[in-house]
Amino acid sequence: MNRMLSYKEKDTWLHRLSGVTKLIFFLLWCITSAMTYDTRVLLVMCALMIALFVMSRTEWKQISSVMNVVIFFMIVNLLAIFVISPYQGTDIYGTKTVLAPFLPGHDITAEQLFYEFNVFIKYITITPAIFIFMVTTDPSEFAASMNLVGIPYSIAYSVAIALRYVPDIQDDYRRIKNAQEARGIEMSAKAGLFKRIRRTSAIIFPLLFSSMERIDVVSNAMELRGFGKKKKRTWYSQKPLKRNDWLVILFSVLFTAAALVLTFYDGNRFYNPFV
Amino acid sequence: MQPIIEFKDFSFKYRAQTEPTLREINLTVNRGEKILITGQSGSGKSTLAHCINGLIPCSYKGECTGSLTVAGTVPSEQGVFGMAKKVGTVLQDTDGQFIGMTVAEDLAFALENDAVPQNEIFGKVDEVAELVEMKAFLDHSPNELSGGQKQRVSLGGVLVDDVELLLFDEPLANLDPATGKRTIALIDEIMKEKDLTVLIVEHRVEDVLYRDVDRIIVMNEGQIAADMAPDDLLGTDILPKMGIREPLYVTAVKHALDYVYAREERAADWPMKIDPKDRPQHIETMNLEPYREALLRWFHASPLPVRSNEEAPVLEVRDLTFGYDPETPVLKNISFTVRKGEMLSIVGKNGAGKSTLSSLICGFYRPDSGEILLEGKDISPLSVKERGEKIGFVMQSPNQMISKPMIMEEVGLGLRVREVPEEETVKRCEETLKTCGLYPMRNWPVGALSFGQKKRVSIASILVMDPGILILDEPTAGQDYRHYTEIMEFLRMLNREKDLTIILITHDMHLMLEYTDRAIVLADGQLLTDDTPAKVLTDPETADRAYLKKTSLYDLALGCGIEKPYELVERFIDYERALRDTEMAERDPVGEESPAHGEEAAL
Repeated sequence: MNRMLSYKEKDTWLHRLSGVTKLIFFLLWCITSAMTYDTRVLLVMCALMIALFVMSRTEWKQISSVMNVVIFFMIVNLLAIFVISPYQGTDIYGTKTVLAPFLPGHDITAEQLFYEFNVFIKYITITPAIFIFMVTTDPSEFAASMNLVGIPYSIAYSVAIALRYVPDIQDDYRRIKNAQEARGIEMSAKAGLFKRIRRTSAIIFPLLFSSMERIDVVSNAMELRGFGKKKKRTWYSQKPLKRNDWLVILFSVLFTAAALVLTFYDGNRFYNPFV
Repeated sequence: MQPIIEFKDFSFKYRAQTEPTLREINLTVNRGEKILITGQSGSGKSTLAHCINGLIPCSYKGECTGSLTVAGTVPSEQGVFGMAKKVGTVLQDTDGQFIGMTVAEDLAFALENDAVPQNEIFGKVDEVAELVEMKAFLDHSPNELSGGQKQRVSLGGVLVDDVELLLFDEPLANLDPATGKRTIALIDEIMKEKDLTVLIVEHRVEDVLYRDVDRIIVMNEGQIAADMAPDDLLGTDILPKMGIREPLYVTAVKHALDYVYAREERAADWPMKIDPKDRPQHIETMNLEPYREALLRWFHASPLPVRSNEEAPVLEVRDLTFGYDPETPVLKNISFTVRKGEMLSIVGKNGAGKSTLSSLICGFYRPDSGEILLEGKDISPLSVKERGEKIGFVMQSPNQMISKPMIMEEVGLGLRVREVPEEETVKRCEETLKTCGLYPMRNWPVGALSFGQKKRVSIASILVMDPGILILDEPTAGQDYRHYTEIMEFLRMLNREKDLTIILITHDMHLMLEYTDRAIVLADGQLLTDDTPAKVLTDPETADRAYLKKTSLYDLALGCGIEKPYELVERFIDYERALRDTEMAERDPVGEESPAHGEEAAL
């Protein structure tokens, strides 16, 4: 089975890193990217991300469908910004350089284009980071990594459990849907949208009931093997931190600090080329 | 002899119930014993097990009286966590209890929870994986494993703690017969190697007895009805009286003894019943000498039944090939014909392609090549919905099908979505509910029904569309003998009286033997055999390849010098069916559960 955005075993230095390292990097990276509008920082991040993406040897088919959705939303978002607030850039940068008159109240300005360019490169810094994290981290390591960055293990483990039972529930869903279709409850496009929504209950309720039976078994099985007994637990699939891990963590911290200093030292999170 | 479990005047009542589920239990289990606890659903056998591992009263609340000690401690004081160090529990749901993402993580689960350092976990996991023969699969995820492998992982998962007692809750429920046999053998080996005490809760007595057990405890209505060595118990009629199936060879010998006794053909030195001294625990080692003559007489007295069906074919499968991806076909060149009014089984181990075959017939998937004919016409142009009107499909658990709160709504659902006029819908629903013995309950909520009744609701909701063929996926999975008989007799009634063609997908050998006239055996995606169940189950090679198990009647026949074992099996089945028919004729046609007559009279 080849599912989207799922872990694929490969031998790259990114795959060999511990999940904790990647999680720390990913979190710091996202914070930095969310805070800064400094174009210089964003461009550096962009370049780094593209390099990392190439190094992760991620294939296009692993991410294509999700990527298409992201691209679609990115375009909608960029257009929407222009439609809703065409002078956002002017407000931010304090100047107004009209490049081409468009509609009344919707002139195309250099400031607006530059602002939207910043939004665009922000997408490019974050999206590949998510993909790299997902496809290079063994799901077995997710829970352990989350626990090690301070999330309580009961919460971390519920993520692992969800990942574990998702395929089972998908199977159940498919089986129930088939049987209900044979009874005449069609979920294909032939039935109207409204009907389809109403008929979803014919799948959801049986799915819910059979999942509830399973939850009972799972929770008993976990309790019988001592889950929740102690305040701490260890993790079989936790990878120990090696030299590269420490280097990456060190780099992440330094980079974040540097990026934020560069962004905020002039008291404004935007880099302004117009003055 | 050192006791490890001691129940003294122990009773337990669930909080939600008015009557105690366990009453005045007195039971001692000694270290190193292997005990089979059996009984019908609701007899209290699982409750008894839950008391030992501490789930009662810690997770399932209720009132206990009397005393219980397990391995020198009191479970209610230790709690589930405390008991888990001493009692390893393996549940029946092989998927549900597989918690880790991989085999190794699942084995490590208990150690992780104990915060054992990682390097110690590695060593222990390797050691246990070796013990349960899963070393080569450490990085496999559960969906890459068979049911038997998952169960071995579960067993390993409790062995990582140095438990003193292993408790198995219906370990055979989800396994094909051959895998079940292997499980029983593995339990036996591990028990000896690690010097453990073993309790097996199971109603498939014959399968557990594949390896020696020390005692069988029979539960009935919350009490211990018998606590005997297997050899002693099998000579009595306690098991059948308590609604538990005894080993088939034992039943056959008893029929023979009864037969000669009833006809006064009994020689003075023949036994009246099975003597424990003849070791009836295993057919392979049982002394058959005293019973041979009676058995042969019974054998020769009844004619060999001829089973043939000359009706027109209703369903023809021709050269069917299918794979989820084209490189690895799941089914290869399958061809067979189903005739009108047949009741046949499709058997084979998990993953042999049984469910895929039924999915192709129902149209959930399209075959890569080959065709399916319904009454002579190719059905490939028909949609899933259109096929559903002619070929009904019933899923394993009624909970996977029922989506409406009220019985009438659920049964009428298929007609309403087809926009059948309301008046006709109601009429057809009522007729179907009468056939299924659910008419008095037609206005009840589904939630008020027992499992067997829900099963009948899910069948009724298909029957209402008046299909000519009914396909049922494992209709009796997880059911004890009484409920199994109830469901199967109901299906047989439909088969006979409504002239319905019934296809059963199963790995239950008893079901195929007792209720179907023909078995289509799949192995590794190919059709291995298409023959009577009696022949399939007396052919060691077929049984082996399809992960079935040859019936013990085969060994009985050989032991008594009958040359063609399947002839004994055929006669046995016929004899049993005749017995059941007389029994059923005396009872309510749809089973004792239905309060039909009382309420009908009141109306």
